[in-house]
Amino acid sequence: MTTVLRIRRDLVDAIVAHARRDHPDEACGVIAGPDDGSDRPERFIPMVNAARSPTFYEFDSGDLLKLYREMDANDETPVVIYHSHTATEAYPSRTDIKLAQEPFAHYVLVSTRDADEHEFRSYRIVDGVVTEEPVEVVESYMFANTGSDDLPDA
Amino acid sequence: MAVTVSIPTILRTHTGGEKSVEASGKTVLELIDDIEAKHGGLKARLVKDEKLHRFVNVYVNDEDVRFSGGLEAEVKDGDTVTILPAVAGGAR
Repeated sequence: MTTVLRIRRDLVDAIVAHARRDHPDEACGVIAGPDDGSDRPERFIPMVNAARSPTFYEFDSGDLLKLYREMDANDETPVVIYHSHTATEAYPSRTDIKLAQEPFAHYVLVSTRDADEHEFRSYRIVDGVVTEEPVEVVESYMFANTGSDDLPDA
Repeated sequence: MAVTVSIPTILRTHTGGEKSVEASGKTVLELIDDIEAKHGGLKARLVKDEKLHRFVNVYVNDEDVRFSGGLEAEVKDGDTVTILPAVAGGAR
């Protein structure tokens, strides 16, 4: 399993903007990506927090079904599941850990407790075990792994 | 009577990796019992104190069974049942 989240800058910005917009309530959503093992977040899907709460989030059950049907039809998987903490640090709470049920997702936590600086961190949560992983922000997924040896001959 | 039951990633360890399984029964509970008989371990993940677990959603076609009888919700031949874990959490 990959232990780094590689994610495009525009997607990070979109998550943070959503978290800021819904503050002081928790914001939540998914970034879907191809279900081919590439582990590449691509499609930003902000979700409504049905709990509309500063301390809890939950996808609406109808929206959840629609989301998974859509991903299924597109051969996508929830590569990133994000939510915000609006008064505490960007670390999974006991509730987050207990309820995490996507063992292959990167769980992204954004803290908006500071009005100017946000925290953006990523975790794997599997069977109650939290593992923080580095976040590598890239401008594009293309070329990023291309070393000089792979450049076409001039 | 056969109903197709779609299984979420986290529960596929209980269905030999299958994304969906065929099951028979007249209610959601009977379907779960039928799957449990073939693939042990699933029921404990879905049912707690004889009720559907709070953070597991079960849909018959497009309807969340929480609003249509819970485990006693009726199913019929050809229905599609979808099991999805809730996506939820919080700061505490």
